[in-house]
Amino acid sequence: MNALRALPCLAATLLASAELPAEALFINDATVYTMGSQAILQGADILVRDGSIKAVASELPVPADAAVIEAQGRPVTPGLFAGITQLGLVEISLEASSVDSQLATEGLRPEFDVSSAYNPLSTAVPVTRIEGYTWTLLGPTRAGSIVAGQGRPVALDGDFSSFIGAPVLFVDIGADASEQSGSSRAAQWMLLEQALAEAGSELQWLPQPLLTVAGRRAMVQYRSGGITVFDADRAADILQVLDFAGRHGLKPVISGGAEAWMVADRLAEAGVPVLIDPLLNLPGDFDELGARLDNAAILHAAGVTIAFTGTDMHNARRLRQSAGNAVAGGLPYEAGLAAITVNPAVIFELGDDRGTIEIGSRADLVVWSGDPLEVTTAADQVVIGGMQMDMVSRQTLLRDRYLEADPGKPRAYIKP
Amino acid sequence: MNLRQTLAVISACLATGPSVCWSEPYPSTYQRLPSGPVRIVNATLLTGTGERIDNGSLLMADGRIQAVADGSKRLRSGSVDTGAAQVVDADGRWVTPGLIDVHSHLGVYASPGVEAHSDGNEATAPVTAQVWAEHSLWPQDPGFSRALAGGVTAMQILPGSANLMGGRGVTVKNVPSVSYQGMKFPGAPHSLKMACGENPKRVYGERMQTPSTRMGNFAGYRAEWVAAQKYIHDWEEYEQRIAAGESVPASGDDNAHTTPVRDLKLETLAGVLRGEILVHMHCYRADEMMTVLDMAREFGYRVSAFHHGAEAYKIAGELAEQGVCGALWADWWGFKAEAYDGIQENIALVDRPAGGCAIVHSDSEEGIQRLNQEAAKAMTRGRRAGLDIPPERAIRWITSNAARSLGILEQTGTLEPGKMADVVIWNGNPFSVYALADQVFVDGALVYDRADPALQPVSDFELGQQLEGAE
Repeated sequence: MNALRALPCLAATLLASAELPAEALFINDATVYTMGSQAILQGADILVRDGSIKAVASELPVPADAAVIEAQGRPVTPGLFAGITQLGLVEISLEASSVDSQLATEGLRPEFDVSSAYNPLSTAVPVTRIEGYTWTLLGPTRAGSIVAGQGRPVALDGDFSSFIGAPVLFVDIGADASEQSGSSRAAQWMLLEQALAEAGSELQWLPQPLLTVAGRRAMVQYRSGGITVFDADRAADILQVLDFAGRHGLKPVISGGAEAWMVADRLAEAGVPVLIDPLLNLPGDFDELGARLDNAAILHAAGVTIAFTGTDMHNARRLRQSAGNAVAGGLPYEAGLAAITVNPAVIFELGDDRGTIEIGSRADLVVWSGDPLEVTTAADQVVIGGMQMDMVSRQTLLRDRYLEADPGKPRAYIKP
Repeated sequence: MNLRQTLAVISACLATGPSVCWSEPYPSTYQRLPSGPVRIVNATLLTGTGERIDNGSLLMADGRIQAVADGSKRLRSGSVDTGAAQVVDADGRWVTPGLIDVHSHLGVYASPGVEAHSDGNEATAPVTAQVWAEHSLWPQDPGFSRALAGGVTAMQILPGSANLMGGRGVTVKNVPSVSYQGMKFPGAPHSLKMACGENPKRVYGERMQTPSTRMGNFAGYRAEWVAAQKYIHDWEEYEQRIAAGESVPASGDDNAHTTPVRDLKLETLAGVLRGEILVHMHCYRADEMMTVLDMAREFGYRVSAFHHGAEAYKIAGELAEQGVCGALWADWWGFKAEAYDGIQENIALVDRPAGGCAIVHSDSEEGIQRLNQEAAKAMTRGRRAGLDIPPERAIRWITSNAARSLGILEQTGTLEPGKMADVVIWNGNPFSVYALADQVFVDGALVYDRADPALQPVSDFELGQQLEGAE
């Protein structure tokens, strides 16, 4: 299998044609980052059958019906989390006709759920997938109100119905959302209090309601177990989230969290996880004055469950670089990897069978050319649900069309 | 400027035309910080010339690189007493030239990104060649110290890309100062920021004014170049008359030969046509870049670099032939239609032809902190596509090639004797996500030390804020 390492772009295409439906998949001789109780296994084999992992151990017998990937010691991790993104919701950010990630009408509409707009055939999906990312949390972007709407976790296997978790509500707190709350963040809590009061009201008809009937129904779910992502950066705002969520029985997750390190102990005590951009060390506004590179390291040390997000959706593939930088900034290596694998799977309640490589786990795996957090490595093979993904995107096709220096014919005739 | 310099400028004016007299205002007041000689030993040197020296040593003194040698040779340096030099043992560490970012908006879109700090785009008319980015530049932007921690010793600060001709860019040394003049790179030429494509036609098209199309963009540029040609002609004619002893009135009727009126916009454009001001042009699509190159031929100027160039790989040969650099991202794409064809091999493919000039740029207060990582990604993608790109080649993308496009390669961008001692000591191979700059030298002075908080600058804005020293 040396050819695979030497010529990954060509060899991988030939060896792993579109979603090869082998009976079984066998990964031989890998360094397995299980992200589970077994930590890191050297020289381990992985047996996959019917989309899930049947065995992880050294010296496993190779089933006769198995497609074999010779890992030759290369790292294998669970498929990575791409962060909260608009993959499949946006094709080109500046082309409004290709953007479905936001509701621009005024008024609180928590019933707005972007997952019904998800297009698994967007070019951005394979562009992201072939870099080792097997799932994302679709997140609406704020436009008309401080409640951006709902999104859902989705597997990036390119299927039309690949949602893998319950809907999540997104709420924006702070300076960014000030325009949508009468120019004061204090009004954000006023609006949310009213929304929850209406959601809980027994009355069929309310005078001057903030929410629609559908909105009331949607909101109720988030008082009975649904996860609410609060986008908040300022330490004081984060504490307000904890207080508000506690009073209303919400299950909060902090996203943004530029100053979360200042209130790390409170977050740990409340058991509230935080999604951060670990590269943020400059304030975008006055909510982020405390932004610092060791945010991740401080939160982790305090016992807060962290995950990473924050890359532009087209470049969600950079998230492992962000994780590597968090490690360079003092976060333990395995915590950095956990922040883009098992932690987000736990935070968004995908179930015990995701985010780890253990017996019974779903076979969402990546074989890497080297350290998965390093900028000089790449995903050699991505596996989702036991299927070897075709390692091709519109970008690799463009590359291959222009790779030959002087093809002697118009490149329109080169169809890789 | 002292009297002698003033007289020199005046005589230069008489010899070569008025733009020279007027290129001198707002001069650099940069002065290198005092420092003694420093000798770095046992380092892996990436010189920026394409060479790698294992177990190398480097001597800095009087602000300049005095000598570079591999371990087997003694450092020779005529006038410098190497015995007096402070010795830095860089065993296991790597040394590169100071990194250079050719596309930054630090200081003109400063952090925090509040409305008051939005000083990068004079988006009130499609051509604003008369504005100078340096007149917006806030030296207290905390982004400068973050970039310094990433090994960046010089950068070009550009106006934004809303306009066809957005104004003059300025090259600065990344040193703390209360004025931009104190950062201004001595002797670096000005640049003209130009922009292709979607931005100008969107910004002005939405206002129902020209340009609203790409053809409108080109009509807009060309009309300005025609005006600049006439401006040059008028001044040359005027100076010939003066030289011939004719008296030229300050004003008169239309047909009379009068003293031309100084025009700040045309002065910038005339500087481009004279080759004194370098064109840095935001342009994504291959077809548009080709049209720009034809336009440059039409009016007799050069494009120094295309910036962003998501499709530069499609015309890598043409760019190399014409000596035009591509200042590019490692992996940005898709945020607009003209960036839809961006690929991760872009930089490596632009680098491939003989004479190819690939540059990794940031256009980002985050990216400028990690130019080495961006270059590492581009190098890796090139290698995976079968191109042979060792680190000593890739380092040129963020050092010497960048310096070349800014017109400062004579002074910095490589580790060669005689150059400014702009030097970074990395904790290991810089082409790694774990690489950190241990020490950064500008003109031989230690301006950043990762191990010494006293040598980590903190801007006025950061003092007393939660982000003080956040790095």
